[in-house]
Amino acid sequence: MTLFGYRLPGMSSLLIWGLLWELVGQAGLTFFVPPLSEVIATLFEVIQTAAFQKALAETAYAFFAGVFFAIVIGIPVGILMGKNRLLDEMLLPWVNVFLSAPLTALVPVLMVLFGFGMKSIIITTTLFAIWIIILNARAGVKQINRSLVEMAHSFGAGPWDAFSKIYFWAALPEILGGVRIGVIRAVKGVIIGQLLISIVGFGALFELYSANFLMSHFWAVLIVLFALAFTISEFLAYLERRVAYYAAKR
Amino acid sequence: MAMSQTEPAVAETQAIPESAVSTRNITKFYGETEALRDLSLEFPRGQLTSLLGPSGCGKTTLLKIIAGLLEPTSGEVEVNGKTVTGPGPDRAFVFQDFALLPWASVLRNVAFGLEMRGAGKSEREAKAEHYIKQVGLAGFENAYPHELSGGMRQRVGLARALAVDSQVLLMDEPFSAVDEQTRRKFQEDLLALVLNENKTFIFVTHSIEEAVYVSDQIAILLPRPSRVHEIIRPSINRESGAANIRRDPEYLDIVDEIWASLRSYVE
Repeated sequence: MTLFGYRLPGMSSLLIWGLLWELVGQAGLTFFVPPLSEVIATLFEVIQTAAFQKALAETAYAFFAGVFFAIVIGIPVGILMGKNRLLDEMLLPWVNVFLSAPLTALVPVLMVLFGFGMKSIIITTTLFAIWIIILNARAGVKQINRSLVEMAHSFGAGPWDAFSKIYFWAALPEILGGVRIGVIRAVKGVIIGQLLISIVGFGALFELYSANFLMSHFWAVLIVLFALAFTISEFLAYLERRVAYYAAKR
Repeated sequence: MAMSQTEPAVAETQAIPESAVSTRNITKFYGETEALRDLSLEFPRGQLTSLLGPSGCGKTTLLKIIAGLLEPTSGEVEVNGKTVTGPGPDRAFVFQDFALLPWASVLRNVAFGLEMRGAGKSEREAKAEHYIKQVGLAGFENAYPHELSGGMRQRVGLARALAVDSQVLLMDEPFSAVDEQTRRKFQEDLLALVLNENKTFIFVTHSIEEAVYVSDQIAILLPRPSRVHEIIRPSINRESGAANIRRDPEYLDIVDEIWASLRSYVE
């Protein structure tokens, strides 16, 4: 976007929203919104505390473990569904149900099944992320050019070669798109897990700060969380752009 | 001089080499639809045989059955005396839409067939480079398919098929997706290829001129259900240069005759 002939860098609008936040905070309209400057000052204080670093480590562990399982299970399942009609008919209704289901409501069930520890949080994270990854990998395989498959077959490719050298790469643009959305959902999953299952990690910090009305602390942690999620998502978007050159030409 | 049915003498004056590929009583159903009926054909070794016919006559189906990509409902295909049960290293396929890996460089695409056959990296890249040069794409080894024109992409597809050094080359309307000038150049190159490489070519086309120009033998297929209507062996003297073939009276006669027998099948 250009303004008065100057080209504005991406997300310049954040400045306006930041300014508005600061004004609302300075005006003291509600205790709920402290000034942005105060939040940022708190942010630098908070990230040095041991409590924050422990929360970060716990959350990162649950998040990456959950995303890891979502990816290593989700991509092969999605690819197999795209290849195999029978498997597709069997699994697709469930994938669609879980994709749109309010997974938060399932968390108590998970607690009964898997206990109150890290395991349940990781499973919750995986459940938030995996369905869109499956659906996207499936969609990527569905649109594959039939003659690429025939080509591999005609040169004697076995099932593993076809999977790893044709299907995976042909579906990669969709797979990365699915992983990106899945990761964003996993952030939701890990925080919900930490709030509902056992009060650890960032969930514990949110609980602690909001219960004690430490709003600038609350916002500071939220900003950190947003920034982390945004960074990961942008990194995946960058990978997606790397393969975009062939996405339209398969 | 070449209509095998009207002038059977041709077969005696011109020795037909033994067959590299034979199809015996091939029948193919797609569900209820009969695509091929009891189709038997011989493909002489070291020569180019065209499968020519109107669309829907099953010529691509037959080619894919020979490739082992499709299974016939009944009947069998023999390549060098061995019954075909699936794709094999004795046959290589050139696809109408090129079927290149869009995420891989020209070098890797050309080496792909060798990669599938378990050749080592340095060996297959050396071979791939050789065939990239042979099809006239030297300097484009590291280009990606989307950076190439349609004609160049098909050269990549051709190099990939040549690189695996199969005895039989199956070509499914390989030049139909490239422009007219490129197609003519391809046809000339194909004649040189048939002459220099001791391979058997099976070539599917819907262009009468193209079939007569490049073929040693033309099988005309008619549709619904598909059967062999006629086999023509043009005896055009190709030694006088590629440019003269299209002026050869025999070339013109055969093109006319084929059109006469096909015209009633074209909607």
